[in-house]
Amino acid sequence: MLRIFKKILTTGVVTERFKTPEDEELEQLGIEIKRHVDKKFSGSIAIRQVDAGSCNGCELEIHALNNPFYDIERFGVHFVASPRHADVLLVTGPVSRHMQTALLRTYEATPNPKWVVAAGDCATCGGEFGVSYASCGAVSNVIPVDVSIPGCPPTPLALMKGLLGLMSISA
Amino acid sequence: MSSSTWSADFLTRLSMDITVAEIGLPTANLWHIESRAWQRFAELAVQQNLRWAAGWAEQVDNRFLINACFEKQGEYILLRTVIDDSNPELPSQATVYPAANRSERHTQDMFGIKFIGHPDNRRWTRHQAWIENHYPLRKDFPVHGTPVGITPPDMHYPFIKSHGAGTYEIPVGPVHAGIIEPGHFRFQAVGELILNLEERLGYVHKGIEKITEGREPDSLAKLAGRVSGDTTVGHCWAACMAMEQAAGVVIPPRAALIRGILAERERIANHMGDIGAICNDVAFVFAQMQFTRLRELWLRTNATVFGHRLLMDRIVPGGVACDLSDESCTLIKKEIVVLRKELTEVILALDLNSSLEDRLYTAGFLSEQVAAAFGTLGYVGRASGQDMDVRRDAPYAPYDQVTVKVALENQGDIASRLWVRYKEIRTALRLIEDFIDRLVAGELRAEWKTPSTGSEGLGIVEGWRGEIICHIRFDTDNKIARFYPRDPSQLNWPALEKLVLNNIVPDFPVCNKSLNGSYSGNDL
Repeated sequence: MLRIFKKILTTGVVTERFKTPEDEELEQLGIEIKRHVDKKFSGSIAIRQVDAGSCNGCELEIHALNNPFYDIERFGVHFVASPRHADVLLVTGPVSRHMQTALLRTYEATPNPKWVVAAGDCATCGGEFGVSYASCGAVSNVIPVDVSIPGCPPTPLALMKGLLGLMSISA
Repeated sequence: MSSSTWSADFLTRLSMDITVAEIGLPTANLWHIESRAWQRFAELAVQQNLRWAAGWAEQVDNRFLINACFEKQGEYILLRTVIDDSNPELPSQATVYPAANRSERHTQDMFGIKFIGHPDNRRWTRHQAWIENHYPLRKDFPVHGTPVGITPPDMHYPFIKSHGAGTYEIPVGPVHAGIIEPGHFRFQAVGELILNLEERLGYVHKGIEKITEGREPDSLAKLAGRVSGDTTVGHCWAACMAMEQAAGVVIPPRAALIRGILAERERIANHMGDIGAICNDVAFVFAQMQFTRLRELWLRTNATVFGHRLLMDRIVPGGVACDLSDESCTLIKKEIVVLRKELTEVILALDLNSSLEDRLYTAGFLSEQVAAAFGTLGYVGRASGQDMDVRRDAPYAPYDQVTVKVALENQGDIASRLWVRYKEIRTALRLIEDFIDRLVAGELRAEWKTPSTGSEGLGIVEGWRGEIICHIRFDTDNKIARFYPRDPSQLNWPALEKLVLNNIVPDFPVCNKSLNGSYSGNDL
């Protein structure tokens, strides 16, 4: 037990300061926010992440949002286990045809008002996989998308800016 | 290649039963047999303790080539037979090798080839995106297929049922509760005890094998790096190795060493993430926080030195797309010294923690026999006594210059899989230092030569999850005719169905994480 406390104390707080991004910065990152967001969500969003066919690269970087450097929960952003608890669906991957119905059902199960964030090049435009007998391509081919965060995969910083950009617009 | 003579003896034994035509490939012996001897070969191979490693098919004009890859003591046999497309069937090897089960089902779904006597010939990769009797990997199937507006859900898959008082079923997925890939798990349970688990994967099938047809080497390498995002270096390396073999391109020594450094960095990043996540699944958050912190620092160095956090697209056909300056080498070496010290501190805190001991020891037990039967690879195999590592047994540049110490455990539980990972991190750190010391000045990329039509290559590397086998055949004009990557997950997934038995349902997440199969690499 003492070892644990010692390690925690010597590690200290590594969480980094972070400024809410300006519109210009979002534009620079290629992050597209299409719709103004409902005021009700300002201050806190609950996210249900849906992998609709990704290679798992985006998931690794989404995981990183919860590490002590980014600690996205301090901004009121948290990941929930059910779409019924969610305000936002964070969707990755080209939508595989085998996941199409599952994604639609997840979307339907999310209470209104809701937003959809497409994370990564595949989700944004189909990426390396595009449209084929097995893939529907971009998420917007299946459900309406409000925010697109490009990148292969997007860095945690880009993901964070995209998500917080969404919240600041709502305020 | 190993200097053993088992393959010559085996060939002599075989010729009593089967006619074998021998052809050499750089990484394997290619043996041609008649299709009716397909199963007989497996029966003789299993007697000699050959490991079944991979299986795939290709269509060439109106014939199908059926391939299976076997290994023993680091020596690989690529077995091949040819069948006519008018009646595409041959005897199954899955009756002898459980490892071949899902692979044959995949071939059945994608090519319409029937494996006679297969113990379980239900569809596997196909859900409802294309109709029965249509086969996407046949040349007459258009890459866009004939999709309907909304692909219906896969409602009527015939799952195994349980009957009896008190047994019940728990369906889980495809959309899971965490930030993970989609797949379906069907549990039969009594109380909290798992009686049976059936996996239903294929949800992230993206048609990778089909959409690579006609690509050029650079474009294929890019896609290979996205077969499984966490194994981008491993898959990209295997694909490039196969293409280089087909083209007769030898990569420069400096490029080989940099590839080695990239692969070991990928191994360390993933193992750190996994150790943290395993501990997190039994609510030991301290480890999760420490390991995600160490992983983040590691990935930031990747971005600084190599220009990409996950090292995507750093390996290219003929070599690498990044170099290491002297300053970068110093930075990496310094980082390794710090990481070693930190790992020692954190791992000691884990080792002495009784709550972790309670949860991780004896849970998720996989016996040596089951691990061997399924050809289980990487840390999952090595935690259950499967002493196999391509880097040591069939070394390729740069591993042919160094000694790779293979971590082995035989308790077969979650704790073993965690400790194997930890030991592999330590080995990988030493390897990186070693490779840096061996770095010589020189070219980063060899000049590409257009491979002759029909030439093929077999890339075999040790990815962080275990052995990756990649087969590539070229068409005319530098175009790809066939790309088949076999991710280690394909052989590890079935082991999960076995290792969860008699565990409680709430321990499933930690059992699953201890194996950490790739869904994308499995479903392709």
